[in-house]
Amino acid sequence: MKKANKAYCLGVESTADDFGVGISTFNGEILANAVSGYIPKEGGIHPREAARHHAEVADKVLSEALTESGIKPRDLTVIAFSQGPGLGPCLRTGATVARALASYLDIPLVGVNHSVAHIEIGKLKTGAKDPVTLYASGGNTMVTAFDSGRYRVFGETLDIALGNCLDVFAREAGLKHTKGMPLGAALEQLAAKGKRLVPLPYTVKGMDLSLSGLLTAATSVLHKGECKLEDLCYSLQENAFSMVTEVTERALAHTEKKEVLLTGGVAANKRLQSMLNSIAEEHDARFNVVPLKFATDNGAMIAWTGVLAYTHGEVTPIEESFVKLRWRIEKVDIPWMK
Amino acid sequence: MDEVASRTLLKKGAEASLYLADWHGRRVVIKARHPKMYRPTELDAAIRSYRTTHEPQLMHEAKKAGVPTPTIFLVDTKNAAITMEFVEGKQVKQLLGSMQKAERQGLCVRIGELIGKLHGRGVIHGDLTTSNMILNREGRIFLVDFGLGEKNTELEARGVDLHLLKRALQSTHYQFAEECFEDVMRGYSAIVGGEEAESVLGKIREIERRGRYVAERKEDAQRGV
Repeated sequence: MKKANKAYCLGVESTADDFGVGISTFNGEILANAVSGYIPKEGGIHPREAARHHAEVADKVLSEALTESGIKPRDLTVIAFSQGPGLGPCLRTGATVARALASYLDIPLVGVNHSVAHIEIGKLKTGAKDPVTLYASGGNTMVTAFDSGRYRVFGETLDIALGNCLDVFAREAGLKHTKGMPLGAALEQLAAKGKRLVPLPYTVKGMDLSLSGLLTAATSVLHKGECKLEDLCYSLQENAFSMVTEVTERALAHTEKKEVLLTGGVAANKRLQSMLNSIAEEHDARFNVVPLKFATDNGAMIAWTGVLAYTHGEVTPIEESFVKLRWRIEKVDIPWMK
Repeated sequence: MDEVASRTLLKKGAEASLYLADWHGRRVVIKARHPKMYRPTELDAAIRSYRTTHEPQLMHEAKKAGVPTPTIFLVDTKNAAITMEFVEGKQVKQLLGSMQKAERQGLCVRIGELIGKLHGRGVIHGDLTTSNMILNREGRIFLVDFGLGEKNTELEARGVDLHLLKRALQSTHYQFAEECFEDVMRGYSAIVGGEEAESVLGKIREIERRGRYVAERKEDAQRGV
């Protein structure tokens, strides 16, 4: 495999608040994974402000990744970028960087589905081969499993994403997003101190779930000020995580697969990890969780998925490299799996 | 559950385990919702007891609507276990793939009729998948697993119920999911009436657009909807 070792893919990630550049060899060695996150002064992600941040840090993050990897731009074989789903202005910024690199270096470009990339990096880093995956982040909450050429969605949120639900509540409760301490982590710390379970809605509909009602109810209890914040954080987490765990377990029972993979930003949460571990054990499946630095949005996952796509004959011509804001995972062919 | 001499595990589902047992000389199914260790005890107990009492009530309502469901013999809320009739047959999930087109169409139309009858009486199944439909030897279709169901007459609830079936068809029978769902809606329409079926279809489209990253939403925005 010496020859294959000399092939490298650079991946650009920019679907939401993080701008990342990763470099992977063709056999899955991650040589670099540089990232810069946009932290809003207040409120959630403003797409245009996030895109402005990405444009400002692009060259810095890019050179950081190249330095870290120890390779030169001329050594690159292919450029991959996150083509969707995500926020339009953010995606376009990353796509522009990727197109410029590919044209300048005169090498192929390959558009990668962001959700697929979260699964692929999880598989690469944990050794899982064919898992039932819970992908939970600020923008997505879905349970998928591979079947007949594609990742099929077995369950997903009918409204807001898990990370979004937790983040919005955390902001309502006055928690602050600081560097090295995302809102979700701050909430998790408080929740760990909670003991009393406050009744909140638990909404599972078939394989799907709904989180907006839970968020509304938790917020209204919060503003009544009648219960301790740590108890409320605890109750919110227990309800929300139990719901996603129930849905994941249903997919596991239905598909009879022998691996569970937890990926996406919320994968960092220890309580969610322990719940999924519990259902995996019950179904004699192996539980896997993506390592922290590959859990949140990152360029390495795009680079690695770019390798998989490119080595299976996929190339995205520049004129077809427009971003796809609502690119669903089950629309993507996965030729590298049987 | 002292009366049960022996029981063998039929299926270990995500939510409950199904046992085949002998109960006063009858072959019965015992559906036991075991405690889920991942949930806090109070939350777990509340969910299991709620589903155990509501499921038989909904199955009874379904019968009144003319929808075959297993007969309930015993509800044990303490152990979250329901003892019910054993329906001998095959899951529609196992049958659909090997059926001829005409046969499949006929089956889907009949499924649609059953759902129409349920909805007409305000019963929402809550988990309409082809695993929860059993075709018995006499050719009757039984609906099972009402654990996530509810009594609800709102259009939204009916829309979500059918949307879930559509999604289940897409994930399990993607080769002919669309035609199956069209046939289901034909049967549904025959029971609830064309106008009612149209408004439910409209609701399903709205629910799909609410979903994340759906292309139709963009088209709507361009049309100014």
